[in-house]
Amino acid sequence: MAAAAVAEGLFVMKDDQPHLIAARRKSDGRVRFPMPKGPEAALYEPVELPAEGALWSYTVQRFRPKTPPYIGADDDANFKPFALGYIEFAGQVIVEGRILTDDVSSLRIGRPMRTVVEPFQTSTRGEVSNFAFEPAD
Amino acid sequence: MTEVHVIGAGIHPFGRHPDKTGLDQGVFAVREALADAGVAWEDIQFAFGGSSAAGAADAALPRLGLTGVQFINIANGCATGGSSLLSGYWAIKSGEFDIGVVMGFDKHPRGAFNADPEASGLQRWYGETGMMLTTQFFAMKIRRYMDLHGISSETLGRVAEKAFENGALAPHAWRREPVGLNTILGSQMLSDPLTKYMFCSPAEGGAALILASDKKMRELGLEGPRVRGAAVRTRVNGSFEVFSPSLDVERGPSPTQIASAAAFEMSGVGPSEIHVAQIQDTESGAEIMHMAENGFCADGQQEQWLAEGRTKLTGALPMNTDGGCLACGEPVGASGLRQVYENVQQLRKRADGRQVENARLAYSQVYGAPGLSAVAILEA
Repeated sequence: MAAAAVAEGLFVMKDDQPHLIAARRKSDGRVRFPMPKGPEAALYEPVELPAEGALWSYTVQRFRPKTPPYIGADDDANFKPFALGYIEFAGQVIVEGRILTDDVSSLRIGRPMRTVVEPFQTSTRGEVSNFAFEPAD
Repeated sequence: MTEVHVIGAGIHPFGRHPDKTGLDQGVFAVREALADAGVAWEDIQFAFGGSSAAGAADAALPRLGLTGVQFINIANGCATGGSSLLSGYWAIKSGEFDIGVVMGFDKHPRGAFNADPEASGLQRWYGETGMMLTTQFFAMKIRRYMDLHGISSETLGRVAEKAFENGALAPHAWRREPVGLNTILGSQMLSDPLTKYMFCSPAEGGAALILASDKKMRELGLEGPRVRGAAVRTRVNGSFEVFSPSLDVERGPSPTQIASAAAFEMSGVGPSEIHVAQIQDTESGAEIMHMAENGFCADGQQEQWLAEGRTKLTGALPMNTDGGCLACGEPVGASGLRQVYENVQQLRKRADGRQVENARLAYSQVYGAPGLSAVAILEA
């Protein structure tokens, strides 16, 4: 059985393919991610994003983020740098997420990217799952 | 219309001062500014002050004197110093007051700021999974800008090289040693494409300005630069800001672009008339992008400008003449006022060793989380 998601309502699985759940504001059609929580949620309707988008920008996190808020099970000594970036879902919204790749030098703006689910080791909750992106070409 | 002038300026050197609190440094700066103007704390009618991590600014009152003065604490993210200046500007321009102090100080722990998702209205998972770092935002903003407008890593390095050259000449700077271009480019990569020497560090320091109406200034027999325009603006739909889990596909202007345009309109001058500029350089890429966002050059021209040294002390438009945030560090409550302090030194011909010849119009712009920019234009 898959680990629980790091937060509820970020994505939905369809035929083993995760789709991010974005939010369209009813008043003006503007799309954001994630779906707001609490009273603000009533102003939005959920929108399932397509599985694929295009890389909009990216970087590599090369030092361990501070705890709190970071809950990775790693420490400064064994932290492994990870890539992250923004993925543009054409005509809808640009979403930030971690990027799974063994070769960060291959990342290019415009490169096709696919939404995936990755296991994420936490210091407090063991293994949880989280959405991420990987090259789709 | 009442005109507003800066009649005194004080600063506590930026850097790390283990034996002093942030408040100590703020009080030092106010006393220096008062002495610079030759006025007493008892003459001060109002004060605006801010600190982000070193306590309430009005804790300075018992030390400066419990005179009953109107003191308002300002908290406006990285633009706290710029917001204090703007508040003081209005207080005098409105005709309500004749003389006052704007001040700021800070003392941050080492390393990147650690952010609280909920304090920024975000869900916890965003910070928990390691995506809530200001450094990532700056890296991704300049990555895209470099690709779209043909900016090289070498140009990023030249910005930092210039900062450390200038910092070596400014007594209030933290980093006082030049650093070579190859050292900057070859230093530890923190968040690609930005290396260690391309980022500023959270630091400590204090800065203060004495503002006065033109009438009060004449009564006191003083002179000082006039504030020609000042504006603070926040993010709009489509701007790319720190701590954004998502962005609009329809892109819009940055808060810096709209704050800059507003300040230029108020002052009745344009970017080509500015002689010296202090612009937000949280990291090298920020200075590059802010050169264009403030209207000083077109997108992509920075590559040539930096190669030609146009923003060096000897160039056509010197920028960050005291080394900016890269050489001074960024004590949030004081940083925007440090820029104005430097402009006051330039306009009063007191910037020994780094003086820009014939500087008459000086520009400053501070930008920061969660997406706001403060601009001030001073005239000698």
